[in-house]
Amino acid sequence: MSNTILEVIDLKTYYIEKNRVVKAVDGVSFSINEEETFGLVGESGCGKSATCRSLIGLVHKPGEIVNGCINYKGTDLLKISPKELEKIRGSEMGMIFQEPMTALNPVLKIKEQIMESFKDKALSKQQKYEKAIELLRLVGIPSPEKRMESFPHQFSGGMRQRVMIAIALASKPRLLLADEPTTALDVTIQDQIIKLLNDLKRELKMSMILVTHDLGVAAQMCDRMAVMYAGNIMEITDAVTLFGSPRHPYTIGLLNSLAVNKEKGGKLQPINGAPPDLSNMPEGCPFAPRCQYCEPLCEKQLPDLQEIEPGHLSRCRCVEKLANIKGIIEPAGKEEPS
Amino acid sequence: MNELNYIIKRLLQIIPVLFCVTVLIFIMMRLIPGDPALVMLGDKGSPETIAAMRHQMGLDQSYLTQYWIFLNNLLHMNLGKSVYYNQPVSELIQQKILVTITLTIVSTILAILISFPLGYLSGINRGNLKGQIINAGSLVAVSLPSFWIGLLFLILFGLKLGWFPIAGWGQTWPEHIYSMILPGLTQALATCALLIRNIQNSVSDILKKDYVDFAYSKGLPRKIVRSRYIIKNVMVSTVTLFSMRIAYMLGGSVVIETVFALPGIGLLLLQGILGRDYAIVQGTVFIFAVIVLAMNLFTDISYSILDPRVKLQ
Amino acid sequence: MGTENTISLPERTAIAPKIPFWQRSTTFNMGFVFLVIVLVFTLFPGLFTSYSPSAQDPNVILSAPTAAHVFGTDNFGRDMFSRVLWGTRIDLEIGVLAVIIPLVIGSLIGLIAGYYGKWIDVLFMRLLDIVMAFPFTILVIAIVAIIGPGIRNLYIAIWLVGWKEYARLVRSEVIVLKESEYVQAAKTLGYSDTRILFKHVLPNVMNSAIVYSISDVMMCMLVGASMSFLGLGVQPPTPEWGALISDGRSLISSAWWICAFPGLALAITGIGISLLGDGLSDLLRTKEH
Repeated sequence: MSNTILEVIDLKTYYIEKNRVVKAVDGVSFSINEEETFGLVGESGCGKSATCRSLIGLVHKPGEIVNGCINYKGTDLLKISPKELEKIRGSEMGMIFQEPMTALNPVLKIKEQIMESFKDKALSKQQKYEKAIELLRLVGIPSPEKRMESFPHQFSGGMRQRVMIAIALASKPRLLLADEPTTALDVTIQDQIIKLLNDLKRELKMSMILVTHDLGVAAQMCDRMAVMYAGNIMEITDAVTLFGSPRHPYTIGLLNSLAVNKEKGGKLQPINGAPPDLSNMPEGCPFAPRCQYCEPLCEKQLPDLQEIEPGHLSRCRCVEKLANIKGIIEPAGKEEPS
Repeated sequence: MNELNYIIKRLLQIIPVLFCVTVLIFIMMRLIPGDPALVMLGDKGSPETIAAMRHQMGLDQSYLTQYWIFLNNLLHMNLGKSVYYNQPVSELIQQKILVTITLTIVSTILAILISFPLGYLSGINRGNLKGQIINAGSLVAVSLPSFWIGLLFLILFGLKLGWFPIAGWGQTWPEHIYSMILPGLTQALATCALLIRNIQNSVSDILKKDYVDFAYSKGLPRKIVRSRYIIKNVMVSTVTLFSMRIAYMLGGSVVIETVFALPGIGLLLLQGILGRDYAIVQGTVFIFAVIVLAMNLFTDISYSILDPRVKLQ
Repeated sequence: MGTENTISLPERTAIAPKIPFWQRSTTFNMGFVFLVIVLVFTLFPGLFTSYSPSAQDPNVILSAPTAAHVFGTDNFGRDMFSRVLWGTRIDLEIGVLAVIIPLVIGSLIGLIAGYYGKWIDVLFMRLLDIVMAFPFTILVIAIVAIIGPGIRNLYIAIWLVGWKEYARLVRSEVIVLKESEYVQAAKTLGYSDTRILFKHVLPNVMNSAIVYSISDVMMCMLVGASMSFLGLGVQPPTPEWGALISDGRSLISSAWWICAFPGLALAITGIGISLLGDGLSDLLRTKEH
């Protein structure tokens, strides 16, 4: 139906320390279509942020991308020079961060931070200034002319997040990476930012990768989602299917632990146990020790990510056993959950 | 307008401190054993001159009046007369202050030129061999006695190699500056070491900050990220230590001017003490305090310009 | 659908492997070994040389280093090795004694000013402002100028000025700690101020002051040596390193060894103390994490 904008194949990002290797991302593959919002969800420390940072080449030492291919519109981002990557950043791919206070330079005026982000060299200073005001208006900053002279600390949390979004969108990226964009905000502000991002995405016809640990946020924004666990993708499918008929024990566990499940008469069930140590991973499926469907083979061998129906992939041997389990919404309606 | 207000506010804050400084110096001068008039005259003088001095200092009046006379004299830069030089102290200071200020400026510039690149380099190389070598170097540099290093520099670069003059500061400005290189380097050594440590820590902190990643994610070139994001924020976190070190180096000028025979007010102070020429001691100590206060003011202002968050507090 | 459906997940804590104390900081160990050696020299200088530091031998005036006089001799024929060795005791003593008093007094001032606030704080902070208005060395020199040169007066001068850094460090930490829950809890329980200050506050604010005090020992040693070099500290013929360098200064072009060895001793001791200080701050940092 639409063209692929980004394809990630077998990405591995390891943190190589003196006496251990932390496998933060351990063979992740997925693809994103144009004008699509793709969610990466999972607990903190599951490698979703590391995946996101790998895509735009911001992995900090001792982290290192040791394997894989990041195919953006036909170019492998892992094979190009830093100069070429610089060209792609901003105009093709942008990123917004969790904590807007720390993501904005405290000693530069907002004006300067927006104006330096326009990559079009043909723009005059005056044009940049006008475009900057336009951008601030677009993200809903009141009286943008005045706020141009302000410093980041003079904004409230929600406004700061809007400013950061404005900056990231300055050069109209085709793909926006959003790393927990609402986590640091109050609930009411969260909803505003979610709406803003959804609107902007539609208006600018861009694709988006949303990294979040909050399934509620993901449900409001994503077209398709991948559930990550211990550096691996466990399940990929469209959002409606994921919430309606999950086909991986971990996804099911996550949904059961949601409060909304209880409201619908279900039981609030936490997942027992803790995620494995990423520097000392079990041989087989990383979820096996916590999995109630675990088979002997699971502890020896990691199952493949197999397609169980078109567009729905799950990394589990026992998908048949899970076939009748229902999620938290009715799978029939293909509308956005609200 | 905001900046001007800030400067005026800080200027007003200095006045009480300066006032206390004069009180402290007054008390210190009165604590010297012996007749204060005789002290100022260097234990010499005919009975008439002593009597004249007693009257001039108001010693027959209350301490408050004496202090008032003292303060009045200070404010008019009437710092008394040196017995040894037979010259007003204010004139002596005028002649020599330029040497000390030049020395401090040269030391400061050398400290910046050395510590910023090395601090940055060790910050981005933290933990590896390059960073450890710089660390070890700065640990050694901060532990070396400056007067001894100065003497070694003098022997090596002055006497043996003949690259630099071994005493004095010449006649013309190029000579002045040139003769300050060795003293300046000696003076800057410990400061460099401390600054390198500080810059290293703040660089490695800032490199982990999201705003640096955000800048890269916007596609900004490395050069711009370095100058506008990393260095600017490093400067903010270094400014306080930096100003404290300039004040420290100013104090170090006594030692450095002695080693390199530079005719500055540090050497003047030492001569004053060794020759029991207390008018000189009083005048130079006061001038040192004035310079430090002026410099603190300057640092605060540059801090408020560098870091926009300061003004709100 | 609401955003309150949050999966909040427990943070995993990595279990730090137990490392034996002596393996935690190489820097600390190096400094420690350094200082043990220096300390042996300090306590038993007589073990290493048969010469007295003040014995003059007119036959070997200004002798370059030889097998008999490894550091050479000075213009009175005194053995430089012996003088440098005996100097260890004096210089190390200056460093330690000059720091202990300011450490105690400054920390107390910082503790009281930070804890009680109000006028006590204002008073001490204004006093601090005045002391800070002078460069450290200048104020020490000025005080020595008034009370006269000599080692005892040097101590007094450094004590009068040296407290400022400790007061600042401790005060800023006390102000933060004062608002902490456990100090508030102790107050609610009705503990006396003295008990809170010395049992609950003091042990938690001393780390930075103690780390600083070690580098301060090094700095005070250097200041003491500089003052003696200028003729304002230890007076000749006492074999203090700064004074020795001052003695050798006029002979520097013909007898380099008189200046070189005391300076080297000063530098090596200084490096040893710096290593110890750095190592200690490493140790305390790993303990905190």
